Amino acid sequence: MSLETQSPVRAAEEPSGPIRHRRKLPRLAPLALYAAGVAVGALLSALTGFSLALTVFYGAVLGTLAVYAGSRAVEGRRKATDRLVTALVTTAFAVAMVPLVSLVYTVLDKGLARFDGQFFTNSMFRVVGEGGGAYHAILGTLIITALAAAISVPIGLLTSIYLVEYGSGRLKKSITFFVDVMTGIPSIVAGLFAFALFTLIFGNGIRLGVMGAVALSVLMIPVVVRSCEEVLKLVPNELREASYALGVPKWRTVVKVVLPTAIAGLGTGVTLAVARVVGETAPLLVTVGLITGTNLNPFDGRMATLPVFAYYQLTQPGVDAQAFLDRAWTAALLLIIIVMALNIVARLISRFFAPKTGH
Amino acid sequence: MAKRIEVSDLNIYYGNFLAVEGVNVAIEPRSITALIGPSGCGKSTFLRSLNRMHEVLPGARVEGKVVMDGQDLYAADTDPVDVRRSIGMVFQRPNPFPTMSIYDNVIAGNRLNSKRMKKAEADEVVEKSLRGANLWAEVKDRLDRPGSGLSGGQQQRLCIARAIAVEPDVLLMDEPCSALDPISTLAIEDLMAELKERFTIVIVTHNMQQAARVSEQTGFFNLNGVGQPGRLIEFNPTEKIFSNPDEKATEDYISGRFG
Ligand SMILES: Nc1ncnc2c1ncn2[C@@H]1O[C@H](COP(=O)(O)OP(=O)(O)OP(=O)(O)O)[C@@H](O)[C@H]1O
Ligand SMILES: [Mg+2]
Repeated sequence: MSLETQSPVRAAEEPSGPIRHRRKLPRLAPLALYAAGVAVGALLSALTGFSLALTVFYGAVLGTLAVYAGSRAVEGRRKATDRLVTALVTTAFAVAMVPLVSLVYTVLDKGLARFDGQFFTNSMFRVVGEGGGAYHAILGTLIITALAAAISVPIGLLTSIYLVEYGSGRLKKSITFFVDVMTGIPSIVAGLFAFALFTLIFGNGIRLGVMGAVALSVLMIPVVVRSCEEVLKLVPNELREASYALGVPKWRTVVKVVLPTAIAGLGTGVTLAVARVVGETAPLLVTVGLITGTNLNPFDGRMATLPVFAYYQLTQPGVDAQAFLDRAWTAALLLIIIVMALNIVARLISRFFAPKTGH
Repeated sequence: MAKRIEVSDLNIYYGNFLAVEGVNVAIEPRSITALIGPSGCGKSTFLRSLNRMHEVLPGARVEGKVVMDGQDLYAADTDPVDVRRSIGMVFQRPNPFPTMSIYDNVIAGNRLNSKRMKKAEADEVVEKSLRGANLWAEVKDRLDRPGSGLSGGQQQRLCIARAIAVEPDVLLMDEPCSALDPISTLAIEDLMAELKERFTIVIVTHNMQQAARVSEQTGFFNLNGVGQPGRLIEFNPTEKIFSNPDEKATEDYISGRFG
């Protein structure tokens, strides 16, 4: 029972019981209030020497306050709070978008200069100034990441199958614990681990592509285990039981019922895990190093990779510093494109492999 | 080939919790045996222990004997996978495989076990099973569509088709009609009446009329209180249970005077 329904005057205006008609702000009013806020904001910021950021800031604060006050006066408290919180959430979103947009803009702006055919077809062999490209680094990144995936996916997938389908008790708990710990390992530690491991076996000064793949696997395995585990847990138990009840052994049930049902999620998880490691720099720096020429054999000497390539272009420019800087930005742009492409692939996988209910 | 199942002194546990205690019963071949009783008294638990589905749950175990035509199902050298091959099961909620077509769902029992089959042979099994489950007419034009695109009642009949496609000796059904409309329920009851010519059928149901309609034998499970194990209170021909039961508790339950 609210006051309004008890007041005879109001009751006459708003007849039927608990569903009352509310007065509303005109549809364009909030927009107008925000525009006014921005205008006042511009004036305010002009006092201290005009700045766009300050104008937007003042505008957002003043506009929100004005809309809140207006809505409170006209529409009542609940609606006003709704508008206030909507404004806060939208602002948080906008603030979160600022770094992303600015990053993409900057990388595009500076990276497009060398985003040309030469960049994709030439290596840095005997290049000291302009020209050259990242052909060797692109292929190196692809090879090393593929190798890392080839190591991590079987291990990670089998571990997650063990955890979900077979594991119990102590062993399962400790594996889960160590996977959690591994998730938090700093990437340089993974690099040093691979470095120490291969140095122990092959002696000092060893640099191989496969060392980088091992280092990346250390980072990738826990991510694969985690995401595959979550996906396998989502497979309804009823399907396993349906399969057992048909006299299908457990391992066949896992291979032929559980995995196919989860394939979309598994593919997505693996793809995102690849995206997670493809831009790693530190572990590759200490294990794979860098060369200027093209080496496609991960078992023989140093290789070039995109992140390390970008790092060296930036930190150790040659005679024409600007050319080196441009190549670093283009490499960064390419990395972003690769990660984005992997995310799109992950989405496509989950779309195309999802169980169909179609009619 | 229908088979007779004899259960003696069966205790069923979830970890340390004794869920069902001291069941002694003989289930006759080529007949329908209904299990009734209040919720939580262990009907599903008992049913699942007949084809060793119970032990799939972690910590679940069984004491006592279940013998099917002279073979001890819980003997150390009996493979639970073989037991489940000859004792099929239909679950309360329809659970077709979402990744498979209707066709593949029906012959899943063969395909998943990598049994080699000629196309013609497989086609024949699919048609026979779907006809057996009274679903053929409804789906024969869309066998390649996903099984999860069917209605609930159709999905349940698909699951029955899947269960009978592997030609089990015994068919266990846990409240197969609880999610179905009266028409689908009738269809499944008719189906059971046909199937009992070839299989031994055990059905759990909360629907007393259904038990009375379809079954030859009825078992009444009950439990004395919360946390107590469920027991098989009475097992008798269906007519006797519903007209003149031996036990007072049975009569109370059937006539709705249940506490
Ligand atoms: N997975 C499980 N773990 C532990 N206890 C269980 C489990 N499933 C069932 N129980 C217990 O076992 C007892 C019997 O359960 P059951 O499912 O067999 O009952 P039911 O007779 O089938 O009941 P309903 O008619 O509601 O299906 C109950 O006390 C239940 O709490
Ligand atoms: Mg039950």
